[in-house]
Amino acid sequence: MTEISLVEAVTLALSRAMEDDERVLLLGEDIGLDGGVFRATAGLVERFGTDRVRDTPLSEAIIAGVSVGLAAQGFRPVGEIQFMGFIYPVIDQLVNHASRLRTRTRGRISCPLVIRAPFGGGIHAPEHHSESMEAMFAHVPGLRVVIPSSPHRAYGLLLAAIRNPDPVVFLEPKRIYRALKEDVPDNGEALPLDRCVVLREGSDVTIVTWGAMTVEALAAADELAGEGVSTEVIDVSTLKPLDAKTILESVHKTGRCVIVHEAPFTAGFGAEIAARLAEKGLMDLLAPVRRVAGYDVVMPLPRLENSYMPSAERIATAVRESAAYA
Amino acid sequence: MQADEESPDKHAEITFAVSHTGYLGPDGTVEEPLPEFARDASALIPLYGAMVLTRVLDEKAVALQRTGRLGTYASSLGQEAVGVGVAAAMRPDDIFVPSFREQAAQLWRGVSPKEILLYWGGDERGSDFEGPREDFPVCIPVASHFPHAAGIALAFKLRNEQRVAIAVAGDGATSKGDFYEAINIAAVWSVPAVFVINNNQWAISVPRAAQTAAQTLAQKAIAAGMPGERVDGNDVIAVQDATERAIARARAGDGPSLIEAITYRLADHTTADDAHRYREDAEVSAHWKEEPVGRLRRYLTDQSVWTKENEEALLAQVAEQVDEAVEAYLATPAQPVETMFDYLFEKLPAGLLAQREAAMTKLTGQGHD
Repeated sequence: MTEISLVEAVTLALSRAMEDDERVLLLGEDIGLDGGVFRATAGLVERFGTDRVRDTPLSEAIIAGVSVGLAAQGFRPVGEIQFMGFIYPVIDQLVNHASRLRTRTRGRISCPLVIRAPFGGGIHAPEHHSESMEAMFAHVPGLRVVIPSSPHRAYGLLLAAIRNPDPVVFLEPKRIYRALKEDVPDNGEALPLDRCVVLREGSDVTIVTWGAMTVEALAAADELAGEGVSTEVIDVSTLKPLDAKTILESVHKTGRCVIVHEAPFTAGFGAEIAARLAEKGLMDLLAPVRRVAGYDVVMPLPRLENSYMPSAERIATAVRESAAYA
Repeated sequence: MQADEESPDKHAEITFAVSHTGYLGPDGTVEEPLPEFARDASALIPLYGAMVLTRVLDEKAVALQRTGRLGTYASSLGQEAVGVGVAAAMRPDDIFVPSFREQAAQLWRGVSPKEILLYWGGDERGSDFEGPREDFPVCIPVASHFPHAAGIALAFKLRNEQRVAIAVAGDGATSKGDFYEAINIAAVWSVPAVFVINNNQWAISVPRAAQTAAQTLAQKAIAAGMPGERVDGNDVIAVQDATERAIARARAGDGPSLIEAITYRLADHTTADDAHRYREDAEVSAHWKEEPVGRLRRYLTDQSVWTKENEEALLAQVAEQVDEAVEAYLATPAQPVETMFDYLFEKLPAGLLAQREAAMTKLTGQGHD
């Protein structure tokens, strides 16, 4: 039994996918001999060769654009964008092409590609390296947005994303790339791309979150347990399509919900979840839905970064307030 | 891989020339010895027929738009030789990646006039080509399709297929990052792609001279490390010849090329445009003297392979073909509402079923589950 980290699970899934399906190939900057800036592709060029592990010229737009052409021709390209701050040139290809080729050709041409990018703050990275812009992608019809929060889910969800016949944006919470290790059997088993995961069962308040914030949420839940507040923690896991059912069922049970994300507050994906609760779960609510999020500010440089990121403490405060609301 | 042996600060003496190919002058006289495929003048008749079909379809499409029966339409008036010449140089199993003004090439490739009308008439089925199943649909965001051609060409290379991806974009496209990024990667990976610029001198209202300080658009290929050449885009023989050479090079594994086909946009940018606001009538009239259809007709007539009777028969046949397409287009009912959901994913996520149901029954809510 070997315990591996989240980023190692990404590597394991990539290598499994390439082993199983010769149509899978990787494109990105420094993903070859360098193994990627986070070593997510370490060892893969040695195993699969430069035809299938391709260092691209320094152009994010071309990683996506070439992937569209490859995918249309039956390949399963997986593009790596080094940091989410560099993903914006990719959006044109995702919004105008990848997400809509199947629709606009009435099924004649499809686009089974994956764009992977580490996202989020908390590792004292330089400017433009720490943002969380998942809501932008979740807004695009035809895209799937997946965010794993454990090595096991990184492995299973990435395999599912690569095998999926349509485009997937796969965002990796880099703050917890190496935070925890677990045993991940390389069994080739994919996880469903439309399911929330209940990380911790509880009866008083539901916390809904994703990515690196799951760690903060679980820490808050531990702390609150000592105070007699029983917290359920849900990892959304696939923002799109959203498994609203699991969230609604949990809130039906608890009557209280705190949504946590490190992306900015306004129009963050938490707003979508809050709206679903207002539409379908209003009568279950015993307290107003609360959101603990990043502020509506430019992501600060590392010195103020920790003041921006939602913490277990901020989350616990919101949960306490929600639990106390009568 | 290795770093450059040459230190980058060393003085580099780089010179280049951009060649120009043209065979037929504006009056249809032969100015250069013709390439092999064009030596039998009667072999050019299909090219002429394809250009006439394009022109008649364009005219009809504009008329349909003016009478409220078609959406905004981008006529290719005056640029028919670019599309026909490019497409005639391709094999059926090559892949065409067009911008939005390549009806001529699409028609040659087997996209039907009805499909073209359906697309511009607002129906996605117009991009579900019955003919060239792997050709890309038109691309509206300028130059964003050039990277696709590089990707398709990489697929050919990886599978060891002797096929070529050919993309066409306008002169304005050469100002975009996608253009540079695509030709750059295509050249550095030496993939079998051909990039063609339909230089019709105008990007909506911005003339070619305001797009770039470069003397030619073709020379942009030099910086990417691939051959670039200019060709008389009003001479279908020259376009086919240059494209054939570029395709042969790509098919042989020698990498991509860029072709700048110099022509002129005789019509407005689209039916939503009025070019009188920004360009002189005199300029347009002058370019009418160089347009490609009359030029080839004069040559064919001079060569005694084309008569007034041939012309009348062709026009009648093309008119009938286009009228039939118009009829078929107008008689095609819109797809059912739920089709807007049915091609979004291979399998519709469960959460969208309620929206699909709501759209079908015109329920007021979104129907999220």
